Amino acid sequence: MAEYFYISLFAVVALVVIGALLALSTLLGPRNATPQKLLPYECGIVPAEEAKGRYPVRFATIAMLFIIFDVEVVFMYPWAVALGELKLFGLIEMLIFIIILGIAYVYIWGRGGLEWD
Amino acid sequence: MELLIFYPIAGLCVALALGVILNTSPVGSAMCLIGMMLGLAGIFVLQQAHFIAVLQVIIYAGAIMVLFMFVIMLLNLKQAASADWVSRDKNLYITILTSALAIGILYKIVDVTFMADLDSPAELPDTFGTVATVGESLFTDFVLPFEVASLLLLAAMIGAVVLAKPKLD
Amino acid sequence: MEPIHAPESIDLIALAPVLVLSVFAMGVLVLDLWAGKNKTLLMFVSLVGLLMTAISAFAKHPLPAFAFTDSYIVDHLSIFFTCIFTLSSALAILLSAEYNERKGMKAGEYYALILLCTVGMIVLASSTDMIMIFLGIEIVSICLYVLAGFRRDDPVSNEAALKYFLLGAFATGFLLYGMTLIYGSTGSTNLFKIAEFIKAEGAPSSPLLLMGIVLLVIGFGFKVAAVPFHMWAPDVYHGSPTPVTAFMAVGPKAAAFAAFFRVFTEAIPNMAANWEILLCIVAVLSMFVGNLGAIMQTNIKRMLAFSSISHAGYLLIAVIAKSAMAGSGLLFYMLTYAFTTFGAFGIIILLGRKGEENLEMENYSGLAYKHPVLALSMTVFLLSLGGLPPFAGFVAKFYIFSAAIEEGFVTLVIIAVLNSAISFYYYLKVVVFMYMKEPAGEFQISMTPMTLFVVIIGIIGTIELGIYPDPIIALTGLN
Repeated sequence: MAEYFYISLFAVVALVVIGALLALSTLLGPRNATPQKLLPYECGIVPAEEAKGRYPVRFATIAMLFIIFDVEVVFMYPWAVALGELKLFGLIEMLIFIIILGIAYVYIWGRGGLEWD
Repeated sequence: MELLIFYPIAGLCVALALGVILNTSPVGSAMCLIGMMLGLAGIFVLQQAHFIAVLQVIIYAGAIMVLFMFVIMLLNLKQAASADWVSRDKNLYITILTSALAIGILYKIVDVTFMADLDSPAELPDTFGTVATVGESLFTDFVLPFEVASLLLLAAMIGAVVLAKPKLD
Repeated sequence: MEPIHAPESIDLIALAPVLVLSVFAMGVLVLDLWAGKNKTLLMFVSLVGLLMTAISAFAKHPLPAFAFTDSYIVDHLSIFFTCIFTLSSALAILLSAEYNERKGMKAGEYYALILLCTVGMIVLASSTDMIMIFLGIEIVSICLYVLAGFRRDDPVSNEAALKYFLLGAFATGFLLYGMTLIYGSTGSTNLFKIAEFIKAEGAPSSPLLLMGIVLLVIGFGFKVAAVPFHMWAPDVYHGSPTPVTAFMAVGPKAAAFAAFFRVFTEAIPNMAANWEILLCIVAVLSMFVGNLGAIMQTNIKRMLAFSSISHAGYLLIAVIAKSAMAGSGLLFYMLTYAFTTFGAFGIIILLGRKGEENLEMENYSGLAYKHPVLALSMTVFLLSLGGLPPFAGFVAKFYIFSAAIEEGFVTLVIIAVLNSAISFYYYLKVVVFMYMKEPAGEFQISMTPMTLFVVIIGIIGTIELGIYPDPIIALTGLN
């Protein structure tokens, strides 16, 4: 139970600090807004257009492929933790898994799934 | 002590879930959804399911929400678009029917929850739900599902390329 | 902690069909990258792969054999189903070759997807663990979503894929939730351990378990297109490319029934008092809605979709009867259904041509005058689907119905027979169009050898299984 106490203590402290910082900066900070200061990225390049534009549909394909590979990576986490116990057997298992997904990767690459045509 | 953590997180989750459906901007909804996913991960930790909590953060809050945001940005929905299907005559009957169904199901769920023998949960070993335990059983007793899952992912990748790639032939 | 060694239960011979077919599926996928425009090679490799899979299914002795901590089984049910799956996939590939050429579906992933789908079906029919069943169902479904939408330039095909995907994902949620609740209340995902638990507890009326069973019925009901979870079927069957429709109506449906049968007879037979009535209602509804719905259709693909819903109703009777004889009946029924369905869809493809599909019933007017052999074949397939002796459909229905009567479900069988009678109305409607109406115009039959070959196999199977079914019946495990 003790660890729960520390976690909640941590949460409370985090909330208090964030709240305090935000409150202080609103209370004490000087406010003399100029058009320059209201720009996103005050320092650096002036934005050419609005960020909320329409994205090309190709992103969707890439995002989907990303998710699938992400799911694959998740399997490696418990595998890495348990590998000490699993020894060679675990290595072979993961090898088969990776080979199957490697074939998927070869396919996607060869088919031009990652190209931006 | 556990409840002291559970209730704030659960309350936050419910509030954020409401935020998802009440928000008028799709990006706002998506942000609330991410918050809710993280809250759920917290609840999983309370349940000793550490691995599930990790999955929740990596897969849902990480990957799937990225896809959600992409779709929102691809469509570039204007806020007014949602007004089109607010009220139609047909919707009234559907509303009544679905609410009746929902109330019935809710009643049954509450009923079931009270009937169920939840007082004596089985004693769990200390290591239950940790990543190491999940890993050991996944890679020994459940080898076959693990390898078959890679075929599932392979099928999903072919599907993504075949259906979503702009130029196929 | 003791180091963990490789589980003793790993048995690659038992797993042989899955291994062989997975290797071929991936091989086809990679081969496609270098094969160029001509897809004949891919088709040939796929067919060889399916043949080798069917052979490797017989590698394991003695039966039944268990592997992978009792999560995988090789018994006569799984072997026979594997043969049905490979047969139906091979027929689907033969039907596709020319159809795809005609419709401009050039992508070679088509064959890889069909093979992967078949892997999923074999996994479904051979697993005795709910996690494996779930994975099998997902592999099959994902491949089918993609195949349904394979005609990317056709909005109807896109619509079919989207509808199938959204509803299918929803139904999978139900299925998974049901499995979770059953796991939660029995403490295992293994079908045998669940059965043991239920037996030891004396058929507990735990609400969570009951809820889990109801959700399983919903999930499986969707996958086999039983009423009231059938809404997707007509649109998806209509919109998918025709060979995919034929494939969908046979292979994946058989696979879902294999898992359905296994879960309900192996894991929860002692809860039968609770789920019997539920399945009876679903079966009766499927028969009536399927048959009455089919009467109203003018599009032949939609008609066959509704007919497939009614056949799901008949097949559910086998699950309800849950005896060994019912299991054998299920096998025999699926085999005859494979022959007749692929034959009928083969003729539909023959009658279609580039651009127009000729799917309306009027397009069949007077077919008998111009092409008597085709019309006769179609008549044989339709009458067999209806269950008229001496065709295979009759033997199959007889088999399942007698299994049900033996278990005392007389009313259910009476309703089913009544429905078979109703079904003749719409099957004969097509026959009337073909024989009694004047031809509306010229038929442009694309007499392509491979499609013709499928039709001939269908005819041989339908008639052989109807007249002399004994050897196959012996193979289904009932002597």
